[in-house]
Amino acid sequence: MFELSAEHEQFRQVVRDFARAQIAPHAAEWDRKHEFPVAVVRAMGDLGLFGLTAPEEYGGAGGDLTSLCVAIEEIGRVDQSLGITLEAAVGLGIMPILTYGTAAQKDRWLPDLVAGRALAAFGLTEPGAGSDAGATATRAVLDGDQWVVDGAKQFITNSGTELTSCVTITARTGERSGGTAEISAIIVPSGTPGFIVEPAYDKLGWHASDTHPLTFDGARVPADHLLGERGQGFAQFLATLDDGRIAIAALAVGCIQAMLDASVPYAHERTSFGVPIGAKQAVAFQIADLHVMAQAARLLTYRAAALRDAGAPAAEVKQAAASAKLYATESAVTATRIATQVHGGYGFMEEYPVARFYRDAKILEIGEGTSEIQRLVLARGLGLPVQA
Amino acid sequence: MKIVTLVKHVPDATADRTFTADNTTDRAGVDGLLSELDEYAVEEALKVGDAGTDVEIIALTMGPGGAEAAVKKALQMGADSAVHVVDDSLHGSDALATAQVLAAAVTKIGDVDLVLTGMASTDGGMSVVPAMIAEYLGLAHVGFVGELTVSDTAVTARRDDDAASETIEAALPAVVSVTDQINEPRYPSFKGIMAAKKKPVETWTLADLGVDSGAVGLDAALCVVREVTKRPERSAGSVVTDEGDGGTKLAEFLAAQKLI
Ligand SMILES: Cc1cc2nc3c(=O)[nH]c(=O)nc-3n(C[C@H](O)[C@H](O)[C@H](O)COP(=O)(O)OP(=O)(O)OC[C@H]3O[C@@H](n4cnc5c(N)ncnc54)[C@H](O)[C@@H]3O)c2cc1C
Repeated sequence: MFELSAEHEQFRQVVRDFARAQIAPHAAEWDRKHEFPVAVVRAMGDLGLFGLTAPEEYGGAGGDLTSLCVAIEEIGRVDQSLGITLEAAVGLGIMPILTYGTAAQKDRWLPDLVAGRALAAFGLTEPGAGSDAGATATRAVLDGDQWVVDGAKQFITNSGTELTSCVTITARTGERSGGTAEISAIIVPSGTPGFIVEPAYDKLGWHASDTHPLTFDGARVPADHLLGERGQGFAQFLATLDDGRIAIAALAVGCIQAMLDASVPYAHERTSFGVPIGAKQAVAFQIADLHVMAQAARLLTYRAAALRDAGAPAAEVKQAAASAKLYATESAVTATRIATQVHGGYGFMEEYPVARFYRDAKILEIGEGTSEIQRLVLARGLGLPVQA
Repeated sequence: MKIVTLVKHVPDATADRTFTADNTTDRAGVDGLLSELDEYAVEEALKVGDAGTDVEIIALTMGPGGAEAAVKKALQMGADSAVHVVDDSLHGSDALATAQVLAAAVTKIGDVDLVLTGMASTDGGMSVVPAMIAEYLGLAHVGFVGELTVSDTAVTARRDDDAASETIEAALPAVVSVTDQINEPRYPSFKGIMAAKKKPVETWTLADLGVDSGAVGLDAALCVVREVTKRPERSAGSVVTDEGDGGTKLAEFLAAQKLI
């Protein structure tokens, strides 16, 4: 049997209590107002959620990916926007600095990020480079002891909040002998002249999550802001991708569970033709399917996290992460469709959380590698000669 | 500074609570948790440490086997160690016996500067145990405190009631019970949960405390519950439909209840 430890389950209960008390009552309002709730993000920091995977020397819990997945699932169960805020802050913000940063970079950035006093973003996607991240056009040129950055990034989570302290970007820093681009990662502090955070996007969902286009117009940062090795930006990014995919799968599990939480009582309460709608097989059976989706997605997700935490071979973790992300996110979209259908017209009204989850779910199949990219990874892992 | 916080394991108030055949609270067949009102005492003790004082916080509970869950939560929040007094002859103890046992445990812990408690347990709700413990120990007692400052030698406590707020100073050692207005108890962090696994929990019996088992328990209780009747289910209220005479109907209803 596959089970989480008693400590992980106790922690789940703590995050669940926190989410119910501090987040659930306000989630609809933040969504309606497109408001990034700074105070509750700080409270999540006080609870130690941003430092779950960081070592104690930076104020973290020295925990594992499993504990982060537990937190993301339980936060995402009441508010997907705050779930992605946490996921991106840790997976995209903290992890690259923790994994590739110099001692000086870690000392400078991590304590505040780990405590939730600050947020870091990761800027990979560009107008002309999404799934094909290697097509990065942003350039960084070394001028004396400074990098001069020019270009644009797009759809960058947590990049423009009042807590944001820096954005790690990928940029071309030269050409390799074969003519391919040399891509490196560079930390750009918020407020750097020439680094412009454009107005937030108008999104279908994730309204309380912060997403902006970024423009770099001769932005200068010291040479020592290079993160990791020059020319390794893309490889480094690929190496941290699996953790993020597992964490996104956990966010999807929270979404599916939320749909089950909402649909079971509704099917008891709502009557039609003189009986509760849950007495109709057409309704009850769909809710049974939600239960299976929640269980299956949860098992794939926590198994992938357990493999990662146990230090399993990278190829095995990669397949497990892609399987979990693909299945959990596609199930989440299906689950929101089912739950909305169970709620009938009320499911289309913003008064009921299912409407918000219906809007929030779709992005799960797109961010941090689309479903197609997950299938590409899986097919390659199976040894198929599939092309990108 | 050595601070003892009293923590009680109580049946979960959101679930069904029942009584056993001898009219004592059923503590075996139900889910229990740390009495929420005690979390304020634990938090207040932790805040003394946060403010820079070097503190050692010991969570103390008396209760059957499952009561360890209450000290566990206190340890996860940040208490350093715990003592669990467990003994079969304690079953059915009244407030006086409970206070006697807890006072003996505080004495055995030794050199305690401050005993912090919640303002009531969420099951018994008598609010008398802190004062009784202070009496047994011969210490000052300040109850229902809404704001607390702790120095090396004394506590300054504010008590609020409807008419006025009073500020009281008491020399240490002292026993202080705190209200649910005093702070916002922290949630245990994952780090706290993992750290709690390694914190020491001592289990003491009455013999360890030198308390005579004949002086406690149901047979020795000065006050015994003879009968328990479940509160009747609430009946559905009556709905007055306004057909132009709503006001009159409401007045008639209130008059019939002898409310006006
Ligand atoms: C709300 C939001 C937040 C985001 N946050 C961040 C962030 O913080 N940082 C960041 O760097 N990025 C972020 N992104 C970007 C996200 O990761 C990309 O949108 C995603 O990777 C897809 O890239 P794209 O939008 O350019 O789509 P495209 O790559 O143009 O894809 C379009 C379609 O073509 C398919 N496709 C593309 N290539 C292939 C192929 N080889 N085989 C089969 N199908 C293919 C895709 O699956 C998709 O269906 C965010 C996006 C959104 C919407």
